[in-house]
Amino acid sequence: MAYTDEDIQVMESIIKRYPRPRSAIMPLLHYVQSKAGYVTNEGIEAIAKVLQLEAAEVTAVSTFYTQYKPTPVGEYHVGVCTNTLCAVMGGDAIFASLKDHLGIGNDEVTADGKVSLEHIECNAACDYAPVVMANWEFYDNQTVESAKDLVDSMRAGNPKPPTRGPNKLVTWKEASAVLAGLSDGLAHEGVQAGEPTLLGLKLSKEGK
Amino acid sequence: MTKLAPVLSAHWDEKDSFTLEGYKRHGGYTASAKALAMDPDAVIQLVKDSGLRGRGGAGFPTGMKWGFIPQGDNKDHYLVVNADESEPGTCKDTPLLMANPHVLIEGCIIACHAIRAKHAFIYIRGEVTHVVRRVNQAIADAYAAGILGNGVDVVLHIGAGAYICGEETALLDSLEGFRGQPRLRPPFPAIAGLYARPTVVNNVESIASVPAIVNNGAEWYQSMGTEKSKGTTLYSLSGHVVNPGQFEAPLGITLREILDLAGGVRPGHKLKFWTPGGSSTPLFTDAHLDTPLDYEGVAAAGSMLGTKALQIFDETTCVVRAVLRWTEFYKHESCGKCTPCREGTWWLVQILRDLEAGKGTEADLAKLLDLCDNIMGRSFCALGDGATSPITSSIKYFRDEYIAHLTQGGCPFDPVASTLFAGAGA
Repeated sequence: MAYTDEDIQVMESIIKRYPRPRSAIMPLLHYVQSKAGYVTNEGIEAIAKVLQLEAAEVTAVSTFYTQYKPTPVGEYHVGVCTNTLCAVMGGDAIFASLKDHLGIGNDEVTADGKVSLEHIECNAACDYAPVVMANWEFYDNQTVESAKDLVDSMRAGNPKPPTRGPNKLVTWKEASAVLAGLSDGLAHEGVQAGEPTLLGLKLSKEGK
Repeated sequence: MTKLAPVLSAHWDEKDSFTLEGYKRHGGYTASAKALAMDPDAVIQLVKDSGLRGRGGAGFPTGMKWGFIPQGDNKDHYLVVNADESEPGTCKDTPLLMANPHVLIEGCIIACHAIRAKHAFIYIRGEVTHVVRRVNQAIADAYAAGILGNGVDVVLHIGAGAYICGEETALLDSLEGFRGQPRLRPPFPAIAGLYARPTVVNNVESIASVPAIVNNGAEWYQSMGTEKSKGTTLYSLSGHVVNPGQFEAPLGITLREILDLAGGVRPGHKLKFWTPGGSSTPLFTDAHLDTPLDYEGVAAAGSMLGTKALQIFDETTCVVRAVLRWTEFYKHESCGKCTPCREGTWWLVQILRDLEAGKGTEADLAKLLDLCDNIMGRSFCALGDGATSPITSSIKYFRDEYIAHLTQGGCPFDPVASTLFAGAGA
């Protein structure tokens, strides 16, 4: 896809956040993912141009970080935590069943382009294990059945909302724009904390 | 008498705790106003006197770190907040930022004043979309209210999935727009950090602890905790327990006390092993239930307080499987810069996979330990050291279990039994 003048203006505004332009390379990579869904050659070229770098320098950064995708992912990118704690508590079973249920493997996309699957590392929600992420939103305390229901709802075009997140699951491209630091106006939606987060506070108020 | 002491988490149960209004209702931004009226050196002294130590794992005294920044050098100084929370088991900064991002912003204002910086960067991991929204909105609201932009600017920098960027110098390279690989030290960030300028890198919880210290004083903070580990901190309990969650308590509480509050290990099961501070801290067993969870107590018992990520595993868990999975994580996250870590973690995985499948020999255990010996202390950064912790500690406490895999020709455990939904038709 071609980058319009308006896109370039957004990219320039991202660069202005930093004392030195090169620091903007990561949000710019998130930004090109928000346009194309993944890091395309055109996206690399566009970043290289605005930062006055070689394309190879941008590619070198892009390939280091796992969130930058070299190929398209689904409209809803599902990550199942299979780091030790989540794996033991059920993450391995959830990941295996989702692969089977969707008929795809790790880092693959369903034929309809709706759902892609990835086993992910610890996502800082261990007190909500087993954890599933979709477009990097939290789906806490998952089971094999709830995870299957979740991906079914995505394929039906009406994804279940995150446990701790906005009222509606945004698409991969929309989430990528948030990760580029652009506001989608949804910060006020969703809970401020889930029950495990509040457990110690609650017990303390009970005098325990 | 309650053993808990919510300070950071005191108002998380209010629905609007993450908003500027919700934060101000409980004295939000009064500490920064107070600090800005103080001499910067007095703020550093206050934080030194409080005894606050880094909550990101290393436990370095925060005030001392601030004091290393050269003064009157006519250079830009930077504050960088490490919000790249990725250590397996660690889940405290993420809920903190979701529930109360403003306390971090206020901490940034105070810290910037102390170290004479005009610019703070918050480096947050990229896999937490809603937390990014919350922090970005809080920054925008703080600018709109004139809290930011009058001497201090805060920029949110969003990562993209790399555990190594939690290492402070790799984080700086990443923030400068490069692959996140650690730097040789010295020079330390205090002398040549971001853009080769004097830089303080602090964990989220460390900076978020500062406003309460400014408002309540060093003596108040000193009154909590143990002799050398002062104040309160977030303990994150996860795994095979009845009620997992965040427990903010004075440093020095024990796992037995926290487990009592959490309803214990899940019914019908018993504690087998646990991490005191994430997967990079050597494992503990039920012999360590009464170890004081402060920097000295945990170190004296042979591990590290780390991030206070208490991951609990009961007797249904195969320790070899657990350790293999962590090792696969370190292999995946090794940045590739240094040979001991890049090659070493790869070989550790090969050997552990064979052992788990019952295909190895007892000599492989010696080989694992030898490999660990050649990684520990010889790697460029702490990632390599951390990778050896679960292996060496598990062989120390559970050697027989490794051997059982060999004698039985496979894993003696049923993985279904360790799941949360075991027996629920999973």
